[in-house]
Amino acid sequence: MIEREQVLHVARLSRLKLSEEEVAALEHELSSILDHVDRLTEIDVEGVEPTSHVVPLENVLRDDLPRPSLDRDRALEGAPDPHDGAFRVPSPQAEA
Amino acid sequence: MAEHELLAATATETAGLIADGVVSSDECLNAWLDRAAEDRLNGYLWKADRAAAMRGVDPDSGAPGAGVPVAVKDIFCTTGVPTTAGSRILEGYIPPYTSTALSRLSASGMPMIGKTNMDEFAMGSSNENSAYGPVLNPWDHGRVPGGSSGGSAAVVAGRLAPWALGTDTGGSIRQPAALCGIVGLKPTYGAISRYGMIAFASSLDQCGPLTRDVTDAALMLSRLQGRDEMDSTSVGIEGGVELPSAVDLNGLRFGIPADLIGEGLEAGVRKVFEQTTAAIERLGGSIESIALPHSDHGISAYYVLAPAEASTNLARYDGVRYGMRESEDDLVSMYEETRGAGFGPEVKRRIMLGTYALSSGYYEAYYGRAQRVRTMIVRDFDKAFGQVDFVVTPTSPTVAFGLGEKTGDPWTMYLNDLYTVPMSLAGIPAISIPAGTAGPAGGGPELPVGFQIAAPAFAEQSLLEAAFALEREIGFEQEPQEVER
Amino acid sequence: MSSEQELEAVIGLEIHVQLSTRTKMFCGCELSFGDRANVHTCPICLAHPGVLPVPNRTAIEYALLIAAALECEVAPRSIFHRKNYFYPDSPKAYQISQYDVPIAGAGRLGDVRIHRAHLEEDAAKMVHVGHHRGRIQGSDDSLVDFNRGGTPLVEIVTEPDLRSGAQVREWGQLLRATIRQLGVSDVNMEEGSLRCDANVSVRPVGSDEFGTKTEMKNMNSFRFIERGIEAEVARQKELIASGGQVVQETLHFDPATGELHSLRSKEEAHDYRYMPEPDLVPVVPTRQMLDAAAAALPELPAERSQRYREELGVSEGAALKLSFDLEWAEFFEGVIAHHPEIEPRAAANWVTGEFAAELRKQGDQALGETVVTPDSLGALVRLVGSKRISHSSAKAVLAEMVADGADPLEVVEERGLEQISDSGELEKIVAQAIDENPAPAEQVRSGNEKAIGALVGAVMKATQGRADGGEVTRLLRRDLGL
Ligand SMILES: [Mg+2]
Ligand SMILES: [Zn+2]
Repeated sequence: MIEREQVLHVARLSRLKLSEEEVAALEHELSSILDHVDRLTEIDVEGVEPTSHVVPLENVLRDDLPRPSLDRDRALEGAPDPHDGAFRVPSPQAEA
Repeated sequence: MAEHELLAATATETAGLIADGVVSSDECLNAWLDRAAEDRLNGYLWKADRAAAMRGVDPDSGAPGAGVPVAVKDIFCTTGVPTTAGSRILEGYIPPYTSTALSRLSASGMPMIGKTNMDEFAMGSSNENSAYGPVLNPWDHGRVPGGSSGGSAAVVAGRLAPWALGTDTGGSIRQPAALCGIVGLKPTYGAISRYGMIAFASSLDQCGPLTRDVTDAALMLSRLQGRDEMDSTSVGIEGGVELPSAVDLNGLRFGIPADLIGEGLEAGVRKVFEQTTAAIERLGGSIESIALPHSDHGISAYYVLAPAEASTNLARYDGVRYGMRESEDDLVSMYEETRGAGFGPEVKRRIMLGTYALSSGYYEAYYGRAQRVRTMIVRDFDKAFGQVDFVVTPTSPTVAFGLGEKTGDPWTMYLNDLYTVPMSLAGIPAISIPAGTAGPAGGGPELPVGFQIAAPAFAEQSLLEAAFALEREIGFEQEPQEVER
Repeated sequence: MSSEQELEAVIGLEIHVQLSTRTKMFCGCELSFGDRANVHTCPICLAHPGVLPVPNRTAIEYALLIAAALECEVAPRSIFHRKNYFYPDSPKAYQISQYDVPIAGAGRLGDVRIHRAHLEEDAAKMVHVGHHRGRIQGSDDSLVDFNRGGTPLVEIVTEPDLRSGAQVREWGQLLRATIRQLGVSDVNMEEGSLRCDANVSVRPVGSDEFGTKTEMKNMNSFRFIERGIEAEVARQKELIASGGQVVQETLHFDPATGELHSLRSKEEAHDYRYMPEPDLVPVVPTRQMLDAAAAALPELPAERSQRYREELGVSEGAALKLSFDLEWAEFFEGVIAHHPEIEPRAAANWVTGEFAAELRKQGDQALGETVVTPDSLGALVRLVGSKRISHSSAKAVLAEMVADGADPLEVVEERGLEQISDSGELEKIVAQAIDENPAPAEQVRSGNEKAIGALVGAVMKATQGRADGGEVTRLLRRDLGL
């Protein structure tokens, strides 16, 4: 069961602005999905290693050799607010 | 040669016609650009002109498949071409680089005719989650084509492209291929580079072909596969891939996971599945019952793991470096409003679910446990492949459903991936081939049914051989009737 | 807690070391310092959709070298994690770092235990600027420069084994000297290639519990760190003595005012949602990689200093100075290699004492700039050691050597600086000094030994510094009946 407070907390962690309707819908939908997902607790996973990878690879490394970087204009081309060769954002210091 | 003959040919046949000089690659491209221009399925998000289609393409590569145009899911970054992943948040985004998969096709001489519509960030099984409107199923415009590679499946089935590139995280190639009556192959995780393919769930994402037949799938796979130094997790397929030629299934064992094929399976789909297993036996293959005892937990594990990975993969869409930005008031508002306005409901749902599953206090209960269940599913397959050569299931429990029919309840929608998700979790290759048609549960016109065959990791060649032999035996030849609504 | 109880400081450090590879941790962009903003970026380090990281082999090798130098246990298999947080300096909104299985575990440097050392990527640089159009009042902008973003870092975390600001400074200097000698980082604190955070708490002496700690961020010199920590320790002690409680917070020390400021004390508790990085495969150091790191390990400051003291009899101060700086150590070793007959202790004292002082005096020269060779400095030390010239003559000779590379023997001969070795001649001069300075002579005779200085000075003046000071004093005492 997911409570409204948790929805708001997770939305904050996810940096998602949600409307009132979205919060209400998510409270219901996430609860219902987690009810299904909670069936996983029926399985005994004691001593079972987690899988985060199915490829049996290790030490895939790159030689320390430079590759061309982007032209600065190219790097900034799609930026919402390019300024003076940099990416401009509202300052985090301005946060209350 | 007449244009309708060209459009009726498979990609492999077309490549032969070009190689033999029967048709020029120019004529071929023009014919298909004309077709794509008539898109009535909302299958394309972007259509190339001649110059754009030929960018980076080596027309004289002489490689197999050279000259045959390809439609590409709009999840592959393409230099100079808008790439949206079906999302509002990437509206207007033009990547400064091209994905390895697409570069390989270009280097093989395949022009790109367009970028296909998809569920936003590949999250969906119906293509209704595209920010740019749903794709229509060419068999019945009132129905979904499946997803998330719904655009790629629809344009191939609707003869708007000879073949297409898609991606599959939990079934996103196989399920729309099944619902549109074409072939869809999800290769082994690591067979093809993921570099430049916009990430949904990194440990599951794998691209692959959507084609008219198994031979075309083999041909495209042979050009796509290979280790890429830009992707640490890529391996390639040792020995490469050749066009299949098997005529029978003598001595091959096919396992049916009894515990997976139960409720929720439409009667018509079950019937086609049974007909197909009979066809396997006619070809000399044997059918055995196998146990995949944890596979029915696949959906639960998947809907923890994939959203968790997605929640971090999609954190980069923050309005700082590219894409859209909303609000300039302060940093947190910029983040929250950009992401709140840029992402659609399903993407938000999964980001929320994934963030929750990773958050402090819940990690072990959800993410950790799901990873362990994944291990058990992997082991189930290992064990099964000690007994049989292939595992077979229906691709999807139902035929194409109506637009809007399942959007009300996320879990019902997620169950579409019941048969395809376990293979994704195990990272093994699986193909869906059209096996027949069936009427939908609620009545309506006959619609295609897919049959899924899965093989051990990197056994693509034997998988393609088996699928090829079975395809011939089934002899599926129906074409979409384009029922309009 | 009784206010009478004596309190001690408990300090642990987190040190970020930028590796001096050619390229970034996960992409092929070149590292840079001081270039124009955003000229070393690519789709990967700008976190464009669809990109993937591939680790830099040299960065892994450097991390293994650091692990070897800090005597850390190397993990047989370590993995990368994603550390999730939204901030404009973090383009993916997660940092690729290591979490529960770092490449290097427990180790030690000097008397401080190392908790762990792990690999990660650096954040981009942000510059805060004035406000622009359309913003709510009072808000500012920041400009983000991704040149630094993705630079390979090794984060070294110590156990809370340090007890004072002075110890932190000394140990920090040892760590910096050690890493510099590995050649894996510039370890320049002003440029940020070495950054140090300190966790500071206090507790009653003898307790093994920990008090509430505060975190001091990013101080850019070990002097400041020392002063900052001393100030914070004093603050915490006073607070507790007056019955207060330490609040967990992040602090900034302003070296100009000596004040401590709280940073983001209302900061929302972080939830980094660490997860294994699915885009990367495990790092499994091979025998070959480990052997290569062991073989590449130079003699490190701590060992070198011990060898100088124990095998060569060098004084502790000189041994430390020489071993912290490879250039000085090499100069010193050159001196004793060219002149095996001189005392290493004397050579070390001359190198780190008079010679270093003379370099400073004459235009603050670096060792690399001087015209003086180890051979010629050794020749000078030898002249002193064999008593051919006095210490004060030697200083005059050294000044000429530093000024124009003069040969010490030639200077001594030209200027007639050879010590008076004829004791008959010296006895005559001593007697004359006593005659000419009756007042101090009388004072010495009547028990005021200090007055002998004036007589020594007179002898030195008469000999132009060519007399051996010890011998002069001996003769004066004898003649004055002491
Ligand atoms: Mg760190
Ligand atoms: Zn880069």
